[in-house]
Amino acid sequence: MAKTHVSTTINNEPVEFLCEPNQTLLDCLRNELQMTGTKEGCSTGDCGACSVTVNGRLVCSCLVFGVEAEGQNIGTIEGIGKAENLHVIQQKFLEHAALQCGICTPGLIVATEALLAENPDPTEAEARYYLAGNLCRCTGYDKIIRAVMDSAAEMRGTA
Amino acid sequence: MAKDMMSGFALYQPTDLKNALSLITKFGSDGWILAGGYDSLDWFKDRIKRPKAVIDLSGITGLRDVRETNNGIEIGALTTLTEIHQNSLIKQKFNLLSEAAGKVASPQIRNYGTIGGNVCQDTRCWYYRYGLDCYRAGGNTCYADTPQGLNREHCLFNADRCVAVSPSDTAPALIALEAEMIVVNQTGEQAIAAEDFFIGPGIDIERMTVLKPGDVLTTIRIPNTWAGAQFYFEKVADRNTWDFALVNIASAMKIKDNVIIEIRMACGGVECVPKRLTVVENVVRGNPRDEETAQLAANSASRGATPLNQNHFKIPLMENLVKRAIREA
Ligand SMILES: Cc1cc2nc3c(=O)[nH]c(=O)nc-3n(C[C@H](O)[C@H](O)[C@H](O)COP(=O)(O)OP(=O)(O)OC[C@H]3O[C@@H](n4cnc5c(N)ncnc54)[C@H](O)[C@@H]3O)c2cc1C
Ligand code: SF4
Ligand code: FES
Ligand code: FES
Repeated sequence: MAKTHVSTTINNEPVEFLCEPNQTLLDCLRNELQMTGTKEGCSTGDCGACSVTVNGRLVCSCLVFGVEAEGQNIGTIEGIGKAENLHVIQQKFLEHAALQCGICTPGLIVATEALLAENPDPTEAEARYYLAGNLCRCTGYDKIIRAVMDSAAEMRGTA
Repeated sequence: MAKDMMSGFALYQPTDLKNALSLITKFGSDGWILAGGYDSLDWFKDRIKRPKAVIDLSGITGLRDVRETNNGIEIGALTTLTEIHQNSLIKQKFNLLSEAAGKVASPQIRNYGTIGGNVCQDTRCWYYRYGLDCYRAGGNTCYADTPQGLNREHCLFNADRCVAVSPSDTAPALIALEAEMIVVNQTGEQAIAAEDFFIGPGIDIERMTVLKPGDVLTTIRIPNTWAGAQFYFEKVADRNTWDFALVNIASAMKIKDNVIIEIRMACGGVECVPKRLTVVENVVRGNPRDEETAQLAANSASRGATPLNQNHFKIPLMENLVKRAIREA
């Protein structure tokens, strides 16, 4: 099968890659582009570990084809912060010990960023509803929600 | 990525409906229509469905918007569930649909999943999804309807060999709003009442809707008949968000001087099709909106139910949702 050439933008950088039509965006990110920050949990849309944004919309990259990235603007965890320069949300996840195994963490951070871009001042219930598609088997969610609410306050400058 | 391995297919991304229709007609049952892909990829990954050609409709302009018309609104089938949830025209006139769309799955799925895909999605029966050769998959047995079968999420009404249910949250809302589904194929266009769009196993056990290979759902029309009526949508699932409904309910009522003048109600998760509750409508029409009417409605709602081993709980659940729809809309 002929590979398809895809030109896209990832974290505001132009990127090109080749893929088969039946490869998911998640597969392309991880295996064609070696951007392994985005994780695979279930591969069926249930867990949100693979969350990325497409033109600012939060989606599960395991259910999107790689070729659908053509001409779009993709946002991944790699664009949010760097080890030496963490994003506020990443810092707060550390401070609140909002992770254990870490598989859900990149997806949760991408989802939290999308939440706060849409709604900078969410109530706890709103935050929980928005993050309902991001499952965590380790933390019991409470610390995650603390980290999210604290990030929101910090980002609004009211911490 | 063990599961993340689909068998190969040719992907077509037509940019106009005419091309899409000719591709869909050409491939017939070897072709597969793709909208958001959030149901489709699940089937491809399990390699249970292996289409030769996938025809992606998402690049077709004109299929993804909400328009006001002389007598209602028109929603393009490719409009995402988030767009429907947030659309101000829908909220203002038909908030029932906005609420139902907002209760589907998670933000990720609503952001990419389309209304067309949501009403065309296949049933969630796990035996069938697992790839077993049950009636619906062309075999000659039902694994859910056996003494050992796990059928907690299956149907109460009108089973015919298959006991699976319609999983869509938006479908009951569309039936309550008297929506029309516009189905197009190479021979022309047809408007089908939402109520008749969904079909049970008695009509065709392998399909959930009237759509045949070659057909595309392009538009959903909602007439102004119920605009601004008193609406009620509720979904009960094992998990408060993200999960499929065990039972959901959508109703539209017109009330004058506390008397129910007109009503339409539909219930999901209890039959293979979203079930229009005509019996309830007839019982309450003309009655005052009060506890007694709500109770009468509830009693009539589950008449004729034939529960399976593990889903008796759906009877009181359905009755209570009907009661609330009358009392709290
Ligand atoms: C984890 C998870 C949780 C979910 N929870 C819920 C829930 O709580 N409530 C709920 O209602 N749904 C739920 N869903 C289902 C989800 O809403 C649907 O899968 C989604 O809306 C499908 O839309 P899509 O555009 O992605 O469909 P696709 O996968 O693209 O299409 C679905 C089916 O419809 C056909 N189709 C799509 N568009 C058309 C068209 N215009 N004309 C003809 N045929 C068409 C396709 O061929 C395919 O068979 C859930 C799904 C997942 C993965
Ligand atoms: S309920 Fe329907 S889909 Fe499920 S096993 Fe029985 S025949 Fe198959
Ligand atoms: S890996 Fe995509 S949702 Fe779980
Ligand atoms: S930290 Fe392990 S799944 Fe969330």
